Amino acid sequence: MSTYNIPTMAEMAAKGESPEILFWVGCAGSFDDRYKSVTKAFVKILNKVGVSFAVLGQEESCTGDPARRAGNEFLFQMQAMSNIQVFEGYNVKKIVTACPHCFNTLKNEYPALGGNYEVIHHSTFLQQLIDEGKVKPADGQAFKGQKITYHDSCYLGRANNVYEAPRRVLEALDTELVEMKRCKTNGLCCGAGGAQMFKDSEPGTKEINVERTEEALETGAKIIASACPFCLTMLSDGVKAKEKEEEVKVYDLAELIAQAEDL
Amino acid sequence: MHIIQQLLFILVLGVAAFLLFKRIQFIKKGIKLGKPLDRTDNSSARWRSMLLVAFGQKKMFKNPLPALLHLFVYVGFVVINIEVFEFIIDGVAGTHRIFAPFLGSFYTVLLSFFEFLSVSVFVACAIFLIRRNIIRVPRFHKPEMKTWPTLDANLILIFEILLTSAILLMNASDQALQAKGAEHYTHTGKLFFSSFLVPLFQNSQVSTLIVLERFFWWFHILGILGFAVYVTYSKHLHIFMAFPNTYFANLNPMGEMANMDSVTNEVKLMLGLPLEGDASAPPAEVGRFGAKDVNDLTWKSLMDSFTCTECGRCTAECPANQTGKKLSPRAIMMATRDRVEDVLKGEKGLEDGKSLLGDYISKEEINACTSCNACVEACPVLIDPLSIILELRRYISMEESGSPAAWNAMFQNIETNFAPWKFAPTDRFNWAEDLKKI
Ligand code: SF4
Ligand code: SF4
Repeated sequence: MSTYNIPTMAEMAAKGESPEILFWVGCAGSFDDRYKSVTKAFVKILNKVGVSFAVLGQEESCTGDPARRAGNEFLFQMQAMSNIQVFEGYNVKKIVTACPHCFNTLKNEYPALGGNYEVIHHSTFLQQLIDEGKVKPADGQAFKGQKITYHDSCYLGRANNVYEAPRRVLEALDTELVEMKRCKTNGLCCGAGGAQMFKDSEPGTKEINVERTEEALETGAKIIASACPFCLTMLSDGVKAKEKEEEVKVYDLAELIAQAEDL
Repeated sequence: MHIIQQLLFILVLGVAAFLLFKRIQFIKKGIKLGKPLDRTDNSSARWRSMLLVAFGQKKMFKNPLPALLHLFVYVGFVVINIEVFEFIIDGVAGTHRIFAPFLGSFYTVLLSFFEFLSVSVFVACAIFLIRRNIIRVPRFHKPEMKTWPTLDANLILIFEILLTSAILLMNASDQALQAKGAEHYTHTGKLFFSSFLVPLFQNSQVSTLIVLERFFWWFHILGILGFAVYVTYSKHLHIFMAFPNTYFANLNPMGEMANMDSVTNEVKLMLGLPLEGDASAPPAEVGRFGAKDVNDLTWKSLMDSFTCTECGRCTAECPANQTGKKLSPRAIMMATRDRVEDVLKGEKGLEDGKSLLGDYISKEEINACTSCNACVEACPVLIDPLSIILELRRYISMEESGSPAAWNAMFQNIETNFAPWKFAPTDRFNWAEDLKKI
């Protein structure tokens, strides 16, 4: 039986300590049943490498991204400013998050409201751990030679030019990375961005996630890797719609690393 | 005879310049309808963007075949226009090929090179016509490509084919005249491409040839001047607008949405936070939140609309459009330009009872957008359809509370539970429980 250390910022502050990084869990990371396992996987990795981190726990709150994309700038700014106040209270300097939407908003949009932090997406963070030799996922050879395809999240890729880090992480697993027809700058959206996650799609002839899943299945990969909670949901739903959930699995990068490390 | 031609030429030149001037004023006025936005920072990055994307056609090369053909037309257009300089001097001064004696054999080389470009433009435009009308590349046949946009595109291609043909025929008849020793026709040497056409003219009388040569000369220069004016009415404006548009393009990460400072002040007041600057100063006039009409958009969005070449690369990449939704980013740009032009032309201007949102762009279209930035990435001239979509959404949400019901529910969840879903904020950290229990 192993237990993991998950300190909150409040607990650390009470002890007069401050962690190196704040792990921003995000709403999906906190509440989505499937995606919570990504949060847990990432916490396990953080524990294993002994990074000094903390979470906000109940003090965390939506970044405001979906409200902003849906047009509600008031609500976004209310959220952003109260989050910034919390960050200030704990003197936060560096934030790591697994959600590209939180990442984009914290990194690019909070500065205009006075919140300046070093914000890193977990794909980049994992790549750094691998480069530093702190994580050696290929040792266990769990995925050696397996075909994996990677789906670019729009908010990571086009929005912020993070294309390489997730791929480097997958390569470190000793997998065979196969690209979809549309990848990197040409990557096709999963269909959930811009607050689409929170409403039904407009009338059309097809669901975007099905279109994207078909492309992923065409690669013949049995694992679809993702680095975004919304993409993970959309692609998992797509795989289900195609009745392929037995053979094809959708995982987040952190889950793959945690599996490889036997965590 | 000469003097009449000269006077006529000067008149034509004057009329073209006047029309062009009026149209440029019109477009300027259109762009100035937009709200202010500072895009003068970081000039070195801006020059780079312009050189790479507009001059260097960087984005075009995502798809090499059309890129190469387009490059021929583009280089041809720029370079052949150097020759127009000689045309204008000749036309005004009543001379003929004024540079020929000065440049000697270099003139022959230069003109042969121009002819090479003319032939490439001819061929490229012919292939473009085939792609559009026979192969029917899908992006050229979406619902927004109604009669005029389709005709406009074809007209331009036919126009360019005629213009380049006129150059070659003019040079050929000129060489036939030179061979016959016609007075006034300076020797140009054998021009590489048109010399093949000389046999067409060899057997004609000098007087007929002069008429023909003059006809082609006039056809070409009138064509060029007409083209210059026509372009300002057409999607072809991108040949000029691509340069300022790439210079003033967004340099921030694509994912960043511009902050609304007017909202920031109100939110600060609500939260009891200190305002920046002089708090006692009367608050700046807060216009509409978001955009309902074109004057609520920034001037850059309006410049974008005049720059759009209706190529549809954005729409071809748009996930919503690909899956049969009504949204097409190209249609967003075309609607914006149409609205600006209608506002400028209409007697009542903006107060004509219509607006961009509702009359030109529907909610269904903008609600389908995933903000994926595929359209922004795809555009060869750095147009940003997404920022227009998001500004319209802001208006709908903040001024009309007219967002889709599911979004209003999501807003409410964030307000009360601090998450877009209906979960109690006190449960936010529950995920950690099972991890501690393992
Ligand atoms: S940002 Fe919106 S309009 Fe542009 S490609 Fe994506 S879904 Fe289409
Ligand atoms: S916005 Fe850009 S990509 Fe789209 S039609 Fe216009 S020029 Fe082409």
